[in-house]
Amino acid sequence: MTSDTLAPPVPLGGNSVLTALHDAWVVTLRNLRRMTRIPEIVVFSSIQPIMFVLLFAFVFGGAIPVPGAGGATAYREFLLPGIFVQTLAFTAATTSVGLADDLQKGLIDRFRSLPISRSAVLAGRTTADWLQNLFVLLVMAVCGLVVGWRIHDGFLKALGGFALLMLFAYAMSWIGATIGLSVRTVEAANTIGFIWIFPLTFLSNAFVPARKISPQWLQDVANWNPVSATVQALRTLWGNPDGYGPAAKMPWPIAHAPWVSLFWSLLILLVFVPLSVRKYRSVSA
Amino acid sequence: MAAIEAEGLVKIYGGGKKSKEVRALDGVDLAVPEGTILGLLGPNGAGKTTAVRVLTTLLKPDAGSARVLGIDVLHKPNEVRRAIGLSGQYAAVDENLTGRENLAMVGRLYHMGKAAAAKRAAELLEEFALTDAADRPSKTYSGGMRRRLDLAAALVVKPPVIFLDEPTTGLDPRTRIAMWDVIAGLVKGGTTLLLTTQYLEEADRLADSIAVVDHGKVIARGTADQLKAQIGGERLQIVVSDRDRLAEAAELLGRMGTAEPRVHEPTREILLPVSGGAQLLVEAIRELDGLGIKIDDVALRRPTLDDVFLQLTGRSTEDEEQAGPEFGEGLEPAQAGQEGAVR
Repeated sequence: MTSDTLAPPVPLGGNSVLTALHDAWVVTLRNLRRMTRIPEIVVFSSIQPIMFVLLFAFVFGGAIPVPGAGGATAYREFLLPGIFVQTLAFTAATTSVGLADDLQKGLIDRFRSLPISRSAVLAGRTTADWLQNLFVLLVMAVCGLVVGWRIHDGFLKALGGFALLMLFAYAMSWIGATIGLSVRTVEAANTIGFIWIFPLTFLSNAFVPARKISPQWLQDVANWNPVSATVQALRTLWGNPDGYGPAAKMPWPIAHAPWVSLFWSLLILLVFVPLSVRKYRSVSA
Repeated sequence: MAAIEAEGLVKIYGGGKKSKEVRALDGVDLAVPEGTILGLLGPNGAGKTTAVRVLTTLLKPDAGSARVLGIDVLHKPNEVRRAIGLSGQYAAVDENLTGRENLAMVGRLYHMGKAAAAKRAAELLEEFALTDAADRPSKTYSGGMRRRLDLAAALVVKPPVIFLDEPTTGLDPRTRIAMWDVIAGLVKGGTTLLLTTQYLEEADRLADSIAVVDHGKVIARGTADQLKAQIGGERLQIVVSDRDRLAEAAELLGRMGTAEPRVHEPTREILLPVSGGAQLLVEAIRELDGLGIKIDDVALRRPTLDDVFLQLTGRSTEDEEQAGPEFGEGLEPAQAGQEGAVR
């Protein structure tokens, strides 16, 4: 052994924000490497959205009329923002499962015994998941273009839409982080993810215009759903049909969708980032 | 100043309406002088891992205080983390990364530069005989290799204080012995080490001093020799060929020993505390031979730590778990005079 010369304890990196970013980036790289080692993860995470695009576009497409818009591709243009948001909402489950897995395998203990920033492991996980989502989004967008979805309102608004979408995905990921650290087993993380994300994404305007949902209270829930706000924001910014005719009166959160979506995402981050970091500090396998 | 100190550590789990209160730690004091190995010895559920988790800042105790190199574990956890290496109960390596990548990642998290982290990883892989497997994902490693990689990960910055939580649990006997050599090598450089184990042989072999833990309390402490001296004398160990004559042999031997013999039916073993040494061994064999009782094996041995545990708690460590590798040493106590010993 060469431990005859004991190194002095590693000194504090001067700037704590830079240190936190550095630590988070090291963990991000570790998580990304996993994706390159198991390409199935990325392949399967893009197959599901492709499947959804095709199934909804061709199976339901003819049966669900989109008010205020005509043409064969109207429903597909209506649908794609919904599919995007639903798919990225499921990041929450990906993040939970990833963290629960690290917890079960003792890796979180390892990280917690190292002198690293308390947010590094969570930030590293959510960032890696976010980057994976960028790729999945790219795949979905190409697939969408193939079935006839288009962006109509210019580059800046298009970019704004993508930014809101990815911010929403990042926020969902932190909800997943909190859940993953709470349930602590991969199986539970998986199951719970589906239990809340499915209703969350279906009780929205993602697949059918929210106006068709009844009873009224359920419709109100759908209108205030962060998923609906984000979907509507995308439709507005990209010039895709939203199911409201020119004369139709939109509910308030739908009429102000981009701001409501932004508000929801920031609120989720504001609540769940501190909550999950607090959980991380005391979690045990 | 001791490198690791703890006073009155208490950790309680449960205790609500539904679950019974479990005192995982019930007032544990520890002091490990610099450059020595303390073995925390006890059966599963004794509180060993909880103690390690408290000392390595992973868990907050309900009461008590602890310091590592004089740094308070509760108040300055991040400074403690800079001074310690931890190798936990299961090999905590990222299966999808190669051995080299695992170690380099830990180095980077200690804020080593890329080149320095890579160099240190290579050094450690060499030391732990993992160079050949260095660039394979660690999921392809054997149990022993994973443990070595995990231990290497705890040594990336050459920490002055190392915690090893059951470093050889689940390893085959040959791999365990190799692991012992690695661990024994660590302290040569002045590292302080706290090691938990349920293997008596392991504590005996590695530790300078031993604290025996049971139900969250330290029930005995001292060197292996001191602990053995507590129960004194040697053990005469005889394996009788014919199971039917086991009781007869035990009765005969019982008259020659300093205490009741322990009889282990499945292995046809009799274990007898004696004080007469080799001469008594000869007499015992002669007497048995006189009755025509054949024996398969005979030995005179120093008491093991399992004997100590039995003496201290009235239970064998193996009453609470499956037999460890030292099968046959942890004999069931005989019925007589050992209340609560047999379940």
